[in-house]
This record gives sequence, C-alpha cells and structure tokens, in this order.
Amino acid sequence: MSTLKPFLIRTLQLLLVLWAVVTILFLMFRLMPGNPLAAYIDPTFTAEQQEALIRQFGLDKPLWQQYFTYLGNLLQGELGDSFRYRTPVAERILLLLPNTLILTFSSLIVAYTFGILAGAWLAWKRNSRFEAAALPAVLATRAMPEFWLGMVLLAIFSFSLGWFPAGGTRSAGTSYDSLWQLYTSANFLSHLFLPMMTLAIYSQGLPLLLMRSNMLDVMKEDFVTMAKIKGLSPSAVVIRHGARNALLPVMTSFAIAVGYQLQGNVVVESVFSWPGLGRELVNAVAASDYPLAQGAFLMIAIVVITMNLIADLLYTFLDPRISHA
Amino acid sequence: MPDTTIKASSGVARIFEAIKLPVGDPFALAGLLIYALFIVTALAAPLIAPYDPTEILYTADYDLASDLLPGQEGHILGTTSLGRDIFSQIVWGARSALLVGFTAAFMVAFIGSVVGLLAGYFGGHVDAVLMRLADVAFGIPFLPFVIVISAFSEPSIWNTVIAMALVLWRDTGRVIRSQVLSLRSRGYVEAARVVGSSDLKIILRHITPNILPLSFLYGSIAIGWAILTEASISFLGFGDPDAISWGFMLQDAFASQALARQAYHWFIPPGLAIILVVSAGFFISRGYENLLFPKLGR
Repeated sequence: MSTLKPFLIRTLQLLLVLWAVVTILFLMFRLMPGNPLAAYIDPTFTAEQQEALIRQFGLDKPLWQQYFTYLGNLLQGELGDSFRYRTPVAERILLLLPNTLILTFSSLIVAYTFGILAGAWLAWKRNSRFEAAALPAVLATRAMPEFWLGMVLLAIFSFSLGWFPAGGTRSAGTSYDSLWQLYTSANFLSHLFLPMMTLAIYSQGLPLLLMRSNMLDVMKEDFVTMAKIKGLSPSAVVIRHGARNALLPVMTSFAIAVGYQLQGNVVVESVFSWPGLGRELVNAVAASDYPLAQGAFLMIAIVVITMNLIADLLYTFLDPRISHA
Repeated sequence: MPDTTIKASSGVARIFEAIKLPVGDPFALAGLLIYALFIVTALAAPLIAPYDPTEILYTADYDLASDLLPGQEGHILGTTSLGRDIFSQIVWGARSALLVGFTAAFMVAFIGSVVGLLAGYFGGHVDAVLMRLADVAFGIPFLPFVIVISAFSEPSIWNTVIAMALVLWRDTGRVIRSQVLSLRSRGYVEAARVVGSSDLKIILRHITPNILPLSFLYGSIAIGWAILTEASISFLGFGDPDAISWGFMLQDAFASQALARQAYHWFIPPGLAIILVVSAGFFISRGYENLLFPKLGR
C-alpha cells in the first residue's frame, strides 16, 4: 500500500500534465496566424472541393467545439489525416517512431557506457594534469551545437573520407524482408553510425560529470574508509564499494536523458536526413502540415513526460529518504 | 538580534560579492574574459568587420567574389557562395548571440525568481498552482515548442526568445522555491514578521538578496541554452531572415553544399564561436556553484 500510493499520485499528476500539454498544443496550432488550410488547398481546387475540406477537418465550427472534437479524437488515437501525405497521421508516426527510438537508445547506451567509465576514471585521477585538461574538454562538448557536430562528422567521415553514407537509413534500392533484417543489416548500421556518434558525443558529458562527482562523494563515506582499513586493494575499493554506489543516480538520469535526447534528435535527424519524428516535425511545420506536426509534437511530449515519471519513481524507490507524502 | 542587522545591511554587498567573487576561480575567470571579448566584439562590430555581412562582394576583376578561400583577395576567412565575407558575418553574429543570450537569460532568471519567491514564500494554493505550472513546463518538449512558436509567428528573434523563456523558467523557479522555503524559517525572517514587516518588505529586503546569486547562476546557464537554441532554430530555417547569426551562417553553409565541397573555413568558425561563448557561460556557472555550494566545489 505504502509503495503503491506514490506511484498512483505520480501517475495521476502525469495525466494532468499530459492534458495540459495537449490543450497547449491545441491552442498553439489554432490561434496562430496564417491559414491552416494553405498547405492543403491548392489554388486550382474548386470552391466545392475547398468547402468539403473545411468540413472534413471541422474547421468551420467554433473553437470550443473544435477542442472537444479534438480531445475525443485523441482518446481514440485519432490524430487526423496528414495534409500532405493524405494518410492517417497515427500511421505515419508509428512508422517513424522506431527510427527515432533506435537512434536515441543506441546513442545513449554508447554515451552512458563511455561516460560512466570515463567519469569513474577521472574521479580516480583527481587533481592530475590529465583531469585539468579533460574537464574543460567535456564542458566544451556540452557547449557544442549538436547539428554542427553532425555537420563536421559528416564532412570528414562521409564527404572527405567516404567511410560512411551521407544520410537516410539505407541505400537507395535496397529492400529487406523484415524490419529485423533491416535493422541488423550492415547497410542500416553504417547509416546509423554517424548520427548515433553525434548524439553520443554530445550526451556523454552528463553521465561523465555525474559519475565523477558521485564517485568523489562516495569515496569519502565511512564504509569506503572501512574497506580501505580492512586492507582491500585500491581497485577493489573503487569498483566494489565506490562505483557500485555512485552508479545509481547516474542510471536514474538515463530516463531524463531520453527525454532531452528526443529534442536533440530534431536537429540531428535533419542534418542526416534520418527519417524520424524530429525531422518529420520540422518538415511538417515548414509545410504547415498541422495535423502531422501536432502528432509528432504530441508523441515526443508523451515520451518526455513518461520518462520524467520513470525518473521520479526511480528516485523514490532507490532513495527511500525522498517521500511523496 | 545580531542576525537581523548583518543580513539586512549586507544585502547590496552580497549582490556585489555574488557577481564579483567567481573571479577567484580560474574557470570563471576564463569565462568572464571570453564574455568581455564577446561583448566588445558585439558592440564594436561595425568597426571590426571589414565588410557589411550581407553585402554581395565582387573581385577586382568584377567577378562575383563567391567561394573564395581564406586569404584570397584579402578575405580573412574567405567568402560564402553568395559572395559575402565570412569573417564579417562571424563578427556581426556576436551581436545576435549577445542579444538573444542576455535577453533570454534575463527573462528566465526574472520569471523563475518571481515564481520561486511567490511559491516558496506564500506556500499553500499559490505554491500548488505555480508548481503544477512548472510540471507542465517540464512536460513540454523544449526545442519542438520553440520551433512551432518561431515558425507560426512573425519570424523575429524576439518570438524565439519569448518562446524559450516560456519554458526555461521551470528549473530556476523550482530551485529558488526550495531556497526560499529554507530562508522563510530563518530567525531573521521570523523576527521581521514579528516586528510587523509587510510580506512585500520581507520578500524584497530579507529574502530576495539571498536568492539573487542563484538567479545569476541559472541566468548564466540560460545564456548558453538560449544561444544554442537560437542557432538550432536558425539552422532549421525558422529564424529571423534579417539577422546575421551564427546559426544562420551554418544553415547557409549546409544548404549551399559546403560540406560536400569541404569548405571547412565556412562552417567551422561559426561552430567554434558558439562553443566559445556557450562554454564561457558554463565556466562562469561552475564558478558560482563553487561559491554558493562550497561542499560541491572541487
């Protein structure tokens, strides 16, 4: 009971936040200047065709009616039809979601593996010249525009050296029997490499700095001193007593990093023409494809909000000192 | 009550210290020096830049001065495909970055501080409403939100700045609230209340001076975020078409196939300029952190 209550309260708050974001989304897209039909109504359409389109999207009704139609549709997973593709938005988003998730998780796994090891190493090398040089370098990677890093990697490893393809998820004309076959093919992986490394280089700073400062904290605790007194070897103290305890908060940050990464994806996917949610959002916004832009935004928001909740709950369960009473 | 007099009289001095003290930290000092260079460049842009950044230039032979390499025809960093001087664009870009960075940081620090003060001091319903608003702000995907607002409103730097501030106050607001919560129960605040000071006076005289360093800390982080975000927005093509910014330069280079032509002299400098200014903000914020939370300082 006592462990279930914070979970329920948090989930309820999540639903409230989701509702608020959905409402903001609706207002953002309806109250903006510009004709939302511009992308859909071609000047060559007849008056009857235009009227039919207005009725089809419910755009002739008052705003509050549009809002309830919108909420009702959302509850049924109905996001409308894309103005440009003339296919259901939900279908299009589900098609692109795996590409974005693969990019996000592969880059974060690389970033966290590297960041945790390098962070522990830097804590070990505290006050050395090496540390003095490494820290500003890590901060500088956090200060890079991700899309610029992508451009530099693209220019060097694709255009100059020709080691990796310049964009997309696979070479033109290739086809695979199943998604599994596509995602494990050398062709797909070589397309994935550069955008993945771009995001990974940007993201490794957070786990690295967190791990380092946690290690420094943990190594001052009594049980570590105790382990040293017992005569354990330095590596045993660092790994068995230090790293294990410093790791928990870093792992919690992974959930939040997923949310942040999804936002960074927007620009990096655009640089590498990676067909994911972020690039679709940008293209849809540029073409005033309102339903598609809303759908992509909503999907990103849902992942961000869910990841915030997971991070919150992890904190609660991993650190009993935090309560949600 | 010695507590009261010390805190009340040293309010201004404390602000001064908060701004000044990170100089002792080598990181923060480096950051401040970079900022000084950056501000001077932005202010003196017309004097430093050899050309108008948007002017289409011609060579001595009356040919379009397009895609010149660094050093050719006296162009320090060469020219763009349209025949514009890259170095002059870098210099003028400092002006956009300065404008975006400082206004956004000011708005973020201001909104965040006001929200944190009100929520922390009054508690109850005020706190509940404001903190639920912060939850909502945390649920909004930041970059997509700024993209949508920038794209659907008049393309101008101000709309981008306002969109950023509407979301980014959340971190500052939460941190300042918890700081105010702990300040509220301190002896000198209790004492002021017993003496009959009004809420407004207590907030302005006794609490605000103590949270200002935190506002500056979050402000200096926000400068970097704002410059990076504006660069992304411009790169995606939703920026102010009249402003020469580093993000715009990168978009121009990307769209003009500078990558395929290996025109590194075109797209490397704007990126380095952004890194320099943004990391300066990070360095300064580290200096503040060491100052404010000595336990973490290492």
